[in-house]
Amino acid sequence: MDLDAVGLPEVVAAIMVLALNAYALTGGADFGGGVWDLLARGPRRDAQRALIASQIGPIWEANHVWLILVIVVLFTAFPAAFAALSTVLHVPLSLMLVGIVLRGSSFVFRSYGARDDASQQRWGRVFAVASVLTPLVLGTIVGAIASGAAGDAALRLPATAGSTPPSFVSVFVAPWLAPFPLALGVLALAMFAFLAAVYLGLASPEPALRDDFRRRALGAAAGMFVAAFGALGIARVREPEVVGALMQGRALAFQATVAVAALTALWAIWSRRWQLARLAAAAQVSLILWGWVLVQRPYVVPPMLTIRDAAAPRITLELLLAALAAGAVILVPALVYLFRTFAAERRAR
Amino acid sequence: MTDLLAARTQMAISLGFHIVFAEIGIAMPLMMVLAEWRWRRTGERAYLDLARRWAKGTAVLFAVGAVSGTVLSFELGLLWPGFMRFAGPLIGMPFSLEGFAFFLEAIFLGVYLYGWERVGPRAHLAAGVVVAASGAASAVFVVLVNAWMNAPTGFTLDAAGSFATVDPIGAMQSPAAFQQALHMLLAAYAATGLAVAGVHAWMLLRGAAPDFHRRALGIALLVGAPAAVLQPLSGDVSARVVALTQPVKLAALEGQWSTERGAPLRIGGWPDATREETRWALEIPYGLSLLAFHDPAAEVTGLRAVPRADRPPVAVVHLAFQTMVALGSAMALVSLWAGWVAWRRRNYTEQHRLLRALVIVAPFGFVATEAGWIVTEVGRQPWVVQGLMRTSDAVTPMPGLVVPMVLFTLLYLGLGAIVATLIASLVRETARASV
Repeated sequence: MDLDAVGLPEVVAAIMVLALNAYALTGGADFGGGVWDLLARGPRRDAQRALIASQIGPIWEANHVWLILVIVVLFTAFPAAFAALSTVLHVPLSLMLVGIVLRGSSFVFRSYGARDDASQQRWGRVFAVASVLTPLVLGTIVGAIASGAAGDAALRLPATAGSTPPSFVSVFVAPWLAPFPLALGVLALAMFAFLAAVYLGLASPEPALRDDFRRRALGAAAGMFVAAFGALGIARVREPEVVGALMQGRALAFQATVAVAALTALWAIWSRRWQLARLAAAAQVSLILWGWVLVQRPYVVPPMLTIRDAAAPRITLELLLAALAAGAVILVPALVYLFRTFAAERRAR
Repeated sequence: MTDLLAARTQMAISLGFHIVFAEIGIAMPLMMVLAEWRWRRTGERAYLDLARRWAKGTAVLFAVGAVSGTVLSFELGLLWPGFMRFAGPLIGMPFSLEGFAFFLEAIFLGVYLYGWERVGPRAHLAAGVVVAASGAASAVFVVLVNAWMNAPTGFTLDAAGSFATVDPIGAMQSPAAFQQALHMLLAAYAATGLAVAGVHAWMLLRGAAPDFHRRALGIALLVGAPAAVLQPLSGDVSARVVALTQPVKLAALEGQWSTERGAPLRIGGWPDATREETRWALEIPYGLSLLAFHDPAAEVTGLRAVPRADRPPVAVVHLAFQTMVALGSAMALVSLWAGWVAWRRRNYTEQHRLLRALVIVAPFGFVATEAGWIVTEVGRQPWVVQGLMRTSDAVTPMPGLVVPMVLFTLLYLGLGAIVATLIASLVRETARASV
């Protein structure tokens, strides 16, 4: 890697991606839990749902804050990128927010509301459906950015606010309501469901329940595989630049590591090595995310804004970096404490 | 409805919805910690029961606050990309600090709610203290951003009106920062404390579980009443800062049209924007000069000093301000009364008139908070950043903004109704609490 290309803006961008990575592994898996709540069936349906609720309950709000951190770093360090993306992706971002609001509130309504079956079922259903829709939209948003369609649309916007843009659909709908972004939506959903199934398998108190989630993890892995190659197939036709970048030497080597992680995860789930499975699954999802980032580098909004173009003044980046470092000193032990407190409970079962 | 008005309405509804949950998220953890602490000190089970019941309510209200806060952080870009592109580098600092405070709040709320049997007694109480402290810190950081919008600092401008240099630390030291943060924190404790006090006062009037509700009322008043008494003083400091930094806002909230020395204080009245006068107000001579500048002869700038295009909607601001002051004063008086009863060591449960007054003022704090936000936000119009950027230059170019506005309004109406029903059922449960 060219070291001159790594300056303060790149460091801040990397931290932002780390936060997004943390969100995918934690908050993403919480959405995946909702997917398995929706798909809960068989003789252990209620046990599956109870396990999901007990695993998500204490931690989902903390996990959710990673997304806030991503947004705050984006608008502080790369305000032009935040402005451009939130303008052209207004519609899917609003849909995602509706999903986030409904998922979070229905989860607490179910946990603390009336205990009768009708209300439990109603809030459980809202929670589960919102848990499916939100990752779909999130992945679609990533697809619209990665394909360059969002950046293209932002470039077509008139510079002054208030005047009418060329056509509503071409700027505000077409960039994301397209095959490639939607395929990435499905991929995101499958990834989150995969992570959740692996975490839930590890946390299952009894072998039968663990086997339920083993089958689900294998199914989600197949779903990921199909979605990933589907996205690639669509990209080959519609986004040749993305595929071109993916097929270069370094990217190919990177994809090989993704394949290693994926095969390790599959083998570990198959042979019920749950600790290893969790590690490999997390590595696989993280590598896919970083693969996107490396292909897109040096752009934050391709082809409109590079990391350097969009970066805030140096003083802002320095102070932000200092705040993130200081925050991490408090945050990391606190998070470790949270996860330890509730992991101990799992072992005690 | 124009796109600009739709965007402003959506932002107002989102903020107006979130602020209630944010206030509860600041004050409620303090109350549940006090209840738990009393239980650990006295061993009385009623306090433990109270801490657990308040924690249940907090869990629901905090979650709704967390998700509606997420909506706001995105709406900054969805609705006001021009503002964020311009101001992001300057005001990102308090937002990132708020991010970490929110992290701590969420982490330790998880520990508190789910950790009763999982962590030691001291650790549990400490988790609650962290939730209460970081909730207050979050509010302060967010209000720093609003203070900057009202009285921006920490930059120099170039000839084109863009920032030549930025100083994010300087931007956190707006002259409005201290008093706005203080006013917001006191509002959170007063509104939530007195609302909870009102609920338990009502239960006492109904004669339900008096031992339980008497203790609950004591803690709620401990949090709410001192804040409600201090709030008018903080409001006085606020008004004096507004007089210096935003004279047009002050003129709007007082319905002051002409620039004059010895300006009167107007109580009530209707500011008529076409005739440029405030009619039917009760005028107290020299009152405004005295209050705003502590000098009866001080000159107060009137609305006519700026072109019509630079004036906020005066009637709305004046009405909201009067509402806030009236409700805040009532809360302060009832709080003093409650303090008097506590001072005389009388039993609250027998003071039926006080209990009834507490029930009446229960919603006042939240209504006053909404009115206060209307004062500060509508009073700043047409500026999103006072004197620097107009709201119309900040709005997104996306057309059809009435659609998301209606969508989020319906979403929040529905959520509000569900939360209200749920909290009401949690309260009804306490009526059956036997201690």
